Amino acid sequence: MLAKRIIPCLDVKDGRTVKGVNFVDLRDAGDPVELAWNYSNQGADELVFLDITATVERRKTMVELVKAVARQINIPFTIGGGINEIADADALLIAGADKISINSAAVRNPKLIDELAAAFGVQFVVIAVDTRSIGDKNVVHLNGGRLPTERQTLEWILEAESRGAGEILLTSMDHDGTKGGFDNGLLKIVNDAVHIPVIASGGAGKVEHFVDVFEKTNVDAALAASVFHYGEILIPDLKRTLQGNKIEVRI
Amino acid sequence: MKTPDQNNKKSLAEAPPSGSGGGIGIILYGAGNIFSLTAALERLGIPYGFINSEEDFDKYDRYIIPGVGHAGAAMNKLKATGLVPAIKALKKPTLGICVGMQLLTSYSEEGDSNLLDIIPVKTLRFADSAEHKVPHTGWNRVYPEKENPLFENIPSGSHFYFVHSYFIEYDKAYTLLAADYGNQFSASIWLDNFYGVQFHPEKSGEFGETLLTNFSKI
Repeated sequence: MLAKRIIPCLDVKDGRTVKGVNFVDLRDAGDPVELAWNYSNQGADELVFLDITATVERRKTMVELVKAVARQINIPFTIGGGINEIADADALLIAGADKISINSAAVRNPKLIDELAAAFGVQFVVIAVDTRSIGDKNVVHLNGGRLPTERQTLEWILEAESRGAGEILLTSMDHDGTKGGFDNGLLKIVNDAVHIPVIASGGAGKVEHFVDVFEKTNVDAALAASVFHYGEILIPDLKRTLQGNKIEVRI
Repeated sequence: MKTPDQNNKKSLAEAPPSGSGGGIGIILYGAGNIFSLTAALERLGIPYGFINSEEDFDKYDRYIIPGVGHAGAAMNKLKATGLVPAIKALKKPTLGICVGMQLLTSYSEEGDSNLLDIIPVKTLRFADSAEHKVPHTGWNRVYPEKENPLFENIPSGSHFYFVHSYFIEYDKAYTLLAADYGNQFSASIWLDNFYGVQFHPEKSGEFGETLLTNFSKI
């Protein structure tokens, strides 16, 4: 039976992690490689790096980051942030990335999904979707949830799947940062509608939220950042609780 | 697993592949990225080099056939290297990883392709269903069907990392590790000196590294 995956997400800028980290035994909490190694040792199943570097040097710093991670880490990882063209993706694949995550660039140019899937295979292409509810509709947003688009969330996800997305990373901007739990209603609708893996993101505050999201929506993976970075949830404890709730995990 | 040594990163990056004998020869044929595999071998201190032509085979004690992507396309690339007769005649331990494993079989439904036919089993496509999404992506348990040094110090039921849409059928004679995803399939196959693993040992945490180390000693 396939294990449900637990995925810490690290924000990186200019090669350094930007969100606060509360691990006592880290020599350098800003070093993404050391942090990644620590998570992998705790039992994380996969890692996501979101590069928010905004300089012209971005591709170079991302490639350096990916190489450094691939040299030291023995679990799969995804890199996202500012990937706009095939050449970006190609450089990251050669550097050792297992998957890339595309958000705004795919909404602006959906054909990019077809091109990436044809060039690298669907397993390499994660489509990240930031969603926020407007009235009774779920609407795709860009720029970290600040910019609404014309696209409805489920419709966009189905299009992305048909174009060659290998996985969906769905972040509810309504839940993100609230620590009140994942958006199980929307996640269930999406997970039931697609035939590719879905990663739940946004709203994790305590261990029970992970139990809930797997039991109520059957998504394949759950991602969180601050609850892991600040040590509020320790991955070994989380996995033991999931296992105690008869949810298949890798321990 | 050792703690990442900050001072050592540079030397790891610049360490040249040994290529001087005794290690693993990675068969290069243009199918997929091998950075993560060579990085794992470097972390584990396992010497390796690359095989581009027939003369290179004598330099190594064992071989890895890597591979991702389309099995039929990978087979065509392998044929184009001219190395197929030499690979089929290998007597030293040889490990196919992912599509590299599928190449060892006789046939794949992917592109209706005839493959190396070193191990007489078939590569088939997973049936798509709501419960079993395709590609089969993530950590799944594997169970040994036979005693073999490749799986030494790895408990039965350990998780390994898989990403694939096609699987090798279960076969009592050749399945070394079995796994289940909608149907039972071969997570690993074995015949004489030929081994294949469907999962990615270089991405499968400590047990994946144990498996690579075991292979380096077979």
